[in-house]
Amino acid sequence: MDRSSQLLDEALGIVDDTSSMVSSSFPSSSVVLIEDCVETSGAFVIHHILKRSLSPPSSAAVVLVSLSHPFSHYDRILRKLVHTFALSLSFVLFSQGCNLAAHRDNRRFFFCDMLMVDFPRQGQGNVSKGGLIELYAKIQKVVEDISSSFGSGKCITIILDDFSLIEVAANGSLNHSLDFLRYCYALTSEFGLGLLVHTSCGGVYPLPSIQGCSLVILHHEDIYSAEESAALILQMEYLADVVIKAEPLATGLAADVHGQLTVLNKGIHDQLRSSKSKVHNFHFKLRENGVECFYPGTQA
Amino acid sequence: MAESLCRVLRDGALEGELAPALTIKDSILSPLGPHIFDHVLCQLSSFILAGKSQSRGLVLVAFSRSPSYYAALLKSRGSDTTDFDKWFWILDCYSDPLGWRHRLKESGAIRSCPDSSSGVTVCRDVRNLDKLLVEILELGKGLVGQGKDQFCIAIDSVTEMLRDVPLSSAAGLLSSVRSHEQVSCTLWTMLADVHSTSTVAAVEYLSSIVASVEGVTQQKGAQLGISDGLPLLQQNASQGRFRVRFKRRNGRVRLMLEDIHVEKSGITFLPVSSEEESMAQTLIPKVQFNLQLSEKEQMDRLKVVLPFEHQEKEKARRIYDGRRSLMDGQNGMTVEAEKPPVSENSGSGEIVYIRDSDDERPDSDEDPDDDLDI
Repeated sequence: MDRSSQLLDEALGIVDDTSSMVSSSFPSSSVVLIEDCVETSGAFVIHHILKRSLSPPSSAAVVLVSLSHPFSHYDRILRKLVHTFALSLSFVLFSQGCNLAAHRDNRRFFFCDMLMVDFPRQGQGNVSKGGLIELYAKIQKVVEDISSSFGSGKCITIILDDFSLIEVAANGSLNHSLDFLRYCYALTSEFGLGLLVHTSCGGVYPLPSIQGCSLVILHHEDIYSAEESAALILQMEYLADVVIKAEPLATGLAADVHGQLTVLNKGIHDQLRSSKSKVHNFHFKLRENGVECFYPGTQA
Repeated sequence: MAESLCRVLRDGALEGELAPALTIKDSILSPLGPHIFDHVLCQLSSFILAGKSQSRGLVLVAFSRSPSYYAALLKSRGSDTTDFDKWFWILDCYSDPLGWRHRLKESGAIRSCPDSSSGVTVCRDVRNLDKLLVEILELGKGLVGQGKDQFCIAIDSVTEMLRDVPLSSAAGLLSSVRSHEQVSCTLWTMLADVHSTSTVAAVEYLSSIVASVEGVTQQKGAQLGISDGLPLLQQNASQGRFRVRFKRRNGRVRLMLEDIHVEKSGITFLPVSSEEESMAQTLIPKVQFNLQLSEKEQMDRLKVVLPFEHQEKEKARRIYDGRRSLMDGQNGMTVEAEKPPVSENSGSGEIVYIRDSDDERPDSDEDPDDDLDI
C-alpha cells in the first residue's frame, strides 16, 4: 500500500487483514469525530473513509446523511480518488476511483439528501424537533433495510456531513441536536448481530456486539463561543472513540503542506480486540486523486 | 485504596442513615471515569453474588452505555449470567431516552424499537424524574422484595441526566435515592468539564465519597517543560491519578491518592510511584529541626516514666490497653480509683493516672473509636 494514505488508515484504526474481508473496513461500533475549522477543511477525511468503506476488500455499507453537499459533489470526488492496497506481497490491487452511483444501485451506498429538506422554522415549538426525529427515522429505516437484506453481520457506516447544519435544523438548540446525536450514538451498539437489546430473554443476555454501526461526524470547531463549546464539543469528544482535528499549520501557509491532522484514537477494549490509545500527528497534502499524509519534516 | 472504597460501598448504610454515595468525576483530558465505574460495578456485583455485601441486588440506570455492554462486562468478569435477573436489573435510559423510537414505531416509520425484557426495563421519558425515581425504586424492590433487604443503585452518567433536567430536580432525585431506607449504596459518574463549578460542587455535596481522575500530564508536563503534549495526551488516555476523598459521618475528611492504569484485562490501582514520592520529599523545604522522631528516639520516649507514674514506686505501672481493662477493673486500678483516698495518705491528695495505650503517635488525630457504632 502506498505510504500516503497508510498513515491515515493506521491512525483511524483501519487494518488491512487479508484473512478477513470485513476487518479491513472501518472498526465497527466506533464513533469518529472530525473537527475542522474555516482555514482547513476536514471533509477529505470523510471522502477517505467513504472510499475505504466502499472499495474492496471492505464489504461495508455506507449511509451518508448530507446536509451540506449534493450527491454529485461526492460522486465527482470519489470518482477520482485512487486507492491501492496489497492483498499479499506479490499481488497488489489498484482500485481506480469509486462509482457512487453504481454502489447506490447495488444498495451498498445510501444517500440521504437533506439539502432541500425544509425544517420547520423557529417559533413553532415542538415542531422544530420533529424535523430531527424524522431525520433519525430515515436513518434508522435505512439501517434496518440494510441489515434485513444483507444479514446482521454487515458493517454499516453512518456519515453525518456536517453536524453544525443539524444544529441549524434544530433551530440552534444545542440540546435538541445532542438528543439527535444521542439517538445516532445508540445505533452504534445495535444492528450488529441483530437487535441486541431485544434478544435477551429468559434471563440470558446477548453476546457483546461484534459489529454494530459506526458513526462518522464532521463538525466545525470554531463556530462556537468558548462557553457554548464547553458543553457541546466536550460531550461530543467524550463520546467519540476517535477524534480527528484538522488544523492549518502553526507556521502559516505552505505550498506543499495543506495542514496538519491530530488523531486521538482512544483505543478499543472489548473481548475480541484491544488496542491501546494512540495519538498521531502528521501533515497532509491534498491532491486531485487522494490525500498524502506524512510526518512533519519527512517530505523533501 | 480502591478496595477500601468498594468496602465502604459493600458495607452499606446504617439504619436510619443516608446510604454512602460515590461520585466518580473525570475530565476530557483524562476520561477514565467509565473504567472506574465498571471496576466498582464488577466488585459490587461479586460481593452481592458472594452474599458478602449488605445489598442483595443492584439496579443500574444506564444513560451512556447500552444494556448489552453491561451484560457483557459482567459476564467477562466472571459473573454467572444464568440468573442475572434475580439480582441485577438495568433501567435502560440509553436506547430510547425521549421516546422517539417508540413513537416512530407506532406511526410505522421504523420497524424496531427497544422493548423491556427480562433484566432490562426501557425508560422512554428521562425528563420525568418523578417517574424515573419511582421506577428505580420499584425495580429494586422487585429484586429484593419489600422487606428489610437492601439494594444498591448505580447511575452511569449524571452528566447525561443533567442535560435534560435542571440541577435542582436531578439533585432531588439523587438525594431521594440516597435517603430511601432500602437503598444500601449508590454510585454515579460525571464529566466535570461540562458542568459549571457550582453544579459539580452540588453533586459532590450529595456524595460521601468523591473519586476524581486526574491526568498525570499536567503536572509532569509543567515540571518537564514539555511544550508538545501529544505523547502525554496519549499517556493520559490509559493512565491517571486517582484521588479519593472520603467524608466520614462526623465530617472528617480523608484523602487518598493512587495511580491507575487501564489495560486490556481491566484497571489496576498502584500506589503512587516512589519516584514521585521522592520527588515530593525533596520538595519539602529543608528545615533545621526534625519533624519526626527517629526509631531510637521513639524507644527512649517509651521508657520515660511520667511524673504521675513514679509517685508510688512500689506499685507496678499499668498501661491501659483496651482488652485487659475489664480484668484490671475487677481486681485493681479502677476499683481503687473509685475508693475515696483513705488511711495513711489521707492528708495529701492523690492523682490516679492510667497511661493510654501507646499504639498511637502523639500527633495523630486518628480517633480509635471512629468506626464504633454505639
